[in-house]
Amino acid sequence: MDVVWGDNVAQNIAFYVIAIPMVAAALKMVTTKNVVHAALYLVVVLVGVSAQFILLGAEFIAATQILVYVGAIVVLILFGVMLTRAKLGRDAEVNNDPTQRIAGALVAVILFAVMSYAIIDAFEGTELPEERYQPLQVVSDSIFSTYLVPFEATSVLLLAALIGAIVLARRD
Amino acid sequence: MIDPALGTLAIELAYWQETLIKVGVVAALVPTAALILGYVFLLKMMSFMQSRLGPMDAGPFGILQLVADGAKFLQKEDIFPARADKWVFAMAPIVVLVSTMLVYVLIPVGPDLVGEAVDTGVFLALAVSSISVIGILMAGWSSANKYSLIGGMRAAGQLIAYELPLVLAVVGVVIQAGTLNLQGIVAAQATGEIFGWGGIGSPFILTQFVGFFIFMIAVQAELTQTPFDMPVAESEIVGGYQVEYTGFRFLTFFLAEFGTAFAFAGLAAVLFLGGWWVPGFEIDSPWLNVLGPIVMFIKIMAVSFFIFWFRFTYPRFREDQLQALAWKVLIPLSLANIVVTGVLKVVF
Repeated sequence: MDVVWGDNVAQNIAFYVIAIPMVAAALKMVTTKNVVHAALYLVVVLVGVSAQFILLGAEFIAATQILVYVGAIVVLILFGVMLTRAKLGRDAEVNNDPTQRIAGALVAVILFAVMSYAIIDAFEGTELPEERYQPLQVVSDSIFSTYLVPFEATSVLLLAALIGAIVLARRD
Repeated sequence: MIDPALGTLAIELAYWQETLIKVGVVAALVPTAALILGYVFLLKMMSFMQSRLGPMDAGPFGILQLVADGAKFLQKEDIFPARADKWVFAMAPIVVLVSTMLVYVLIPVGPDLVGEAVDTGVFLALAVSSISVIGILMAGWSSANKYSLIGGMRAAGQLIAYELPLVLAVVGVVIQAGTLNLQGIVAAQATGEIFGWGGIGSPFILTQFVGFFIFMIAVQAELTQTPFDMPVAESEIVGGYQVEYTGFRFLTFFLAEFGTAFAFAGLAAVLFLGGWWVPGFEIDSPWLNVLGPIVMFIKIMAVSFFIFWFRFTYPRFREDQLQALAWKVLIPLSLANIVVTGVLKVVF
């Protein structure tokens, strides 16, 4: 379409339009003084991730992101937070001492560096195909053939976690 | 691409023009649907079931009553509770309404009449409908009111519990149709045969009646309609998460509630009742773009009739009965349904 902008102008613009609120919400999530607000900023980030998946043509993963993370995990977090400690306004207890903050920031920077390195190392110079829509059939075929063993192992792991949670919760 | 069958009627539109039209249609459809359901069932049907006339003054047979109510709501003062978390309080009804609107984007009412015919159709529809829980929790928490918080908690517990049977009930249909695409599911029902007779296709309600049964119960609970209305139970917690909302913010909740009822009835019509297909027509016949919406509307009203019939008939459950029904009855039943459907799919 345009030589200067590259092939995916609209997608490139959309990427930044989605990414900027995501980064802002992610920063607010760790700095806010209210636990419920933190969870709500997390929703913004996760919805943004889902939107980025749609830009990449991975529709099924985007839908799963919404159903699992927004619809279930954040709801459970909110549920737990509201049942236990959901003060309105600023919560003085949500304030870690400086050493913890520095340690947290350090871990975040190291994680960012490692992941950036791994991704750049693996995909440097790879260009996304113009037509990159990923049909659901391709996803399911690869899950149930190539990646069958990891998939089943994950299922068993989740089942074990489920049973473990019930055992821990029921002491009678 | 211009469909030759449509001839001169087909208009070529740019992507942004098309999107603008779709957004406009969905934004207009949600309140209209809510008003229709509210008038026909909430005002009139409930009145008849209770041997009274219901609203009669605003327009013929009180048909404009809800429009008058809406105009009244819009004029009211926008009140925030003193200790409320203003931003979250203001955003909560919008989150719920957006979740409703996103479902409308995905429901097809004709071969070409669909907001966006995505591959993961039904899965995405159930995913976006689950966002409304966040809005309800936001409303319950930010109101700074005990009743609101209890209502929000009840809503969340209930919606998490019934999300599972809702999704699992649909899996049976998906296995039979072999696709998640809602258009594909309509086509699978249109081309199906009942013991070799293809006159009316094969609506999945005939083969997936267990799934339909579970789906409708789960929908009733997802909509927090009686007998599952603990989150808003007036006699216990005044109005639950809605208690502090007034004026147009309350109106937004109202529109979202009835709009979602219409959307779920639409999903049920597509998944189990054959969708927009009319017997005797080819599946891609352009006439179905005209007849499809009418057929869908009739089916949606029929499904809604059952939803509201139950609402006005049964008393409220207790909270523990509600959870027990979801986890001990509906989920095992839907899992068994999936296993049986899967086995039969492989055998036949």
